[in-house]
Amino acid sequence: MAYDLSMRVWRGDRTGGELVDFVVPVEEGEVVLDAIHRLQSTQAGDLAVRWNCKAGKCGSCSAEINGRPRLMCMTRLSDFDESERITVTPMRTFPVVRDLVTDVSFNYEKAKELPAFAPGPPDQDGKRRMQQIDVERGQEFRKCIECFLCQDTCHVIRDHDDNKPAFAGPRFFLRFAELDMHPLDTHDRRKLAQDAAGIGMCNITKCCTEVCPEGIKITDNAIIPMKERVADRKYDPLVWLGSKIFRRDQREEL
Amino acid sequence: MTDTTAGGHGFETHAYDVVVIGAGGAGLRAAIAAHDAGARTAIVCKSLLGKAHTVMAEGGIAAAMGNLYADDNWQVHFRDTMRGGKMLNNWRMAQLHAQEAPDRVLELETWGALFDRTKDGLISQRDFGGHRFARLAHVGDRTGLEMIRTLQQHAVALGIDVYMECTVTDILKDGDRVSGAFAYWRESGRFLVFETPTVVLATGGIGKSYQVTSNSWEYTGDGHALALHAGASLINMEFVQFHPTGMVWPPSVKGILVTESVRGDGGVLKNSEGRRFMFDYIPDFFRGETAETEEEADRWYDDKKNNRRPPELLPRDEVARAINSETKAGRGSPHGGVFLDIASRREADFIRRRLPSMYHQFKELADVDITAEPMEVGPTCHYVMGGVEVDADTGASIVTGLYAAGEVAGGMHGSNRLGGNSLSDLLVFGRRAGLNAAYYVGRLGSKRPKVADDAVKAAAEHALAPFSEEGGENPYTIQQDLQDVMQRLVGIIRKRDELTESLEELAKLRERARHLTVEGHRQYNPGWHLALDLSNMLRVSECIAQAALVREESRGGHTRDDFPKPDDTWGSKNLVLTETGGEISLNEQSLPVMPDELRQLFEEK
Repeated sequence: MAYDLSMRVWRGDRTGGELVDFVVPVEEGEVVLDAIHRLQSTQAGDLAVRWNCKAGKCGSCSAEINGRPRLMCMTRLSDFDESERITVTPMRTFPVVRDLVTDVSFNYEKAKELPAFAPGPPDQDGKRRMQQIDVERGQEFRKCIECFLCQDTCHVIRDHDDNKPAFAGPRFFLRFAELDMHPLDTHDRRKLAQDAAGIGMCNITKCCTEVCPEGIKITDNAIIPMKERVADRKYDPLVWLGSKIFRRDQREEL
Repeated sequence: MTDTTAGGHGFETHAYDVVVIGAGGAGLRAAIAAHDAGARTAIVCKSLLGKAHTVMAEGGIAAAMGNLYADDNWQVHFRDTMRGGKMLNNWRMAQLHAQEAPDRVLELETWGALFDRTKDGLISQRDFGGHRFARLAHVGDRTGLEMIRTLQQHAVALGIDVYMECTVTDILKDGDRVSGAFAYWRESGRFLVFETPTVVLATGGIGKSYQVTSNSWEYTGDGHALALHAGASLINMEFVQFHPTGMVWPPSVKGILVTESVRGDGGVLKNSEGRRFMFDYIPDFFRGETAETEEEADRWYDDKKNNRRPPELLPRDEVARAINSETKAGRGSPHGGVFLDIASRREADFIRRRLPSMYHQFKELADVDITAEPMEVGPTCHYVMGGVEVDADTGASIVTGLYAAGEVAGGMHGSNRLGGNSLSDLLVFGRRAGLNAAYYVGRLGSKRPKVADDAVKAAAEHALAPFSEEGGENPYTIQQDLQDVMQRLVGIIRKRDELTESLEELAKLRERARHLTVEGHRQYNPGWHLALDLSNMLRVSECIAQAALVREESRGGHTRDDFPKPDDTWGSKNLVLTETGGEISLNEQSLPVMPDELRQLFEEK
């Protein structure tokens, strides 16, 4: 089923760019990244694209294919009609570096703001004990390959750069939830999730869940429970009472 | 940080005590250790943080924690490792590795890793080829992701500086000592000079020199080539591991890894006649510990005391050769592999829970439901046992200030690495290299080496050379031809005339690579990056082919059709490669001698 695929690829840099048309021969079983690589090796040697594993495990080759945020290595050409033209553009939420490569440093900056895992002491034999059922919640979130497609699709920051300083995005709500649900973590992360990470700005449209290539239920299993925990604390009558009757320096802040 | 010009090429300068090249498991662990020892530390990596090849490791981390089998201990792990490497391993590395791996795994848990658990709540351990007991700490079949994320998050929390998408092209020296490293930013193409008395190489392997490989684009032998060029030596380069089970269909995914856990969790290999052919390929060396009948093999999963291991779980070199023989004999699967069947042996739920990534990978990329039908698999270039010759305890190369850890270091795995021993290797020796680099800087005091201007100028000119020629060849074409040569002539089964031919072909490719042309400019230009990587790939390929030609025996990841048996004389020797005046030279060197108390472990059954 080898055929000539029509492609439209965004080419340019920070100063601007345009969609460029290509026709590239493709083979049975190939994915969009194969077509891009063939362009690179035969027609456009300097076409910039980020990729590593080509097996859906590293989350490097994120882009928008016909407008939808996807991994290029996991998007099979057989999902499209042979006559259909495939358009590949860089992730829109992040500044373009060149061609399909974007500056995703926003995510690495947000990662630095998260307080690290803080376990209590181990058991007497030096080991730590947790039950499988308790680690499984966190394990779902730790499947995240940091492709940042959830960040890309999130409308809070997609077209609103001004929200970026106050909003960490779905990838990091996942991380907050993971740590908050970790059986051994000793921090209370609820206030931080609310204040510093801006979880309140999320209005659970579930776009992030839809684009997650790992199938993580970001909204249902991480964001909503995290919002509930934040709310539980904020409206806990004892915490509220404490904020009224204790001396200022002894109060837990709401 | 200062902006300077040397020879008209601008560059920025950064000063550190320890610069780690590579941000996979070994690099991150080395950086954490160096930082903890008080050194000003930087990590320089070719990709974004968290994308290194470690992320693709699937099965687990081998460590004799004894969580499932109390009889397991470091001596048993040490023995398995040495036997898996056909006794060519550096015994001291294998010993340290087996002794320290359990602590390194527990440490990951302290930093937030969430391993699968036993019923008692301890870290669960799974079966793998060549390991006597279930020993691999794991998270489903995505253990590498868990490991890299844990180390990444810990390094970020410590505030270690990371230079992402930044590639080192030269190690700088002041006399005999390391004085720095020269690099470029991917994004802008601009240069950096790191002033540092130590460099820890943690750059991984060489798989991209082969056509069919499980390795990512970064695996171009950079650290191997940098080390050689800086005056260090490489050992064991003839030993390249072909993982027995890579995907074979469709063509675009050929080579992608299918984890050994499929077999560890009960999967079996079958040929087109439906026969479990591994029973026909049990070598004498492993006969005593391998099951002879299907019944015994199947009982072993639940009762390891009274039964022996299934032959599907022989070390990787044995299984890869067997698959190769079956397909050559015409008993292969439709697309040139063999069948790996877990569907008929385990419940669908069990498969999806234990092997979620494999389930996903086959479903998405090959339209195969592994809970309902067998997979088609065949050998894929996976790992190089050879690497920089290092001191076992410190990770120091023969060049003062240059250290190596992980896949880029040689010796630990001998002629063949056991599955699961790579992730533990990264942790154990990453830590040791990082610590010892920091200690060396402490001892230096004020006698720090200096970066010379002319060395920087030469490094800049070397990096820009691919832009200087017009009308030359495209680097992608040369890379494809190199992959073809290595796959065809220096692959899983080798012979003298083919190896000789490969060296002639490599010489031609080197000449062509001198006259390649790169389109475009320095900003995020993959053609330029490939042109630079290509010279590393060519250099390392030459080392592999030369050593493979000289070693006239078959052992582990080196199989000679013309010398099909292991040879005791060769069994006590390493081949050492060095570079002088741009030429590779090769010498034989005796293996370090194992002390008697360790030797005794091999006399018992």
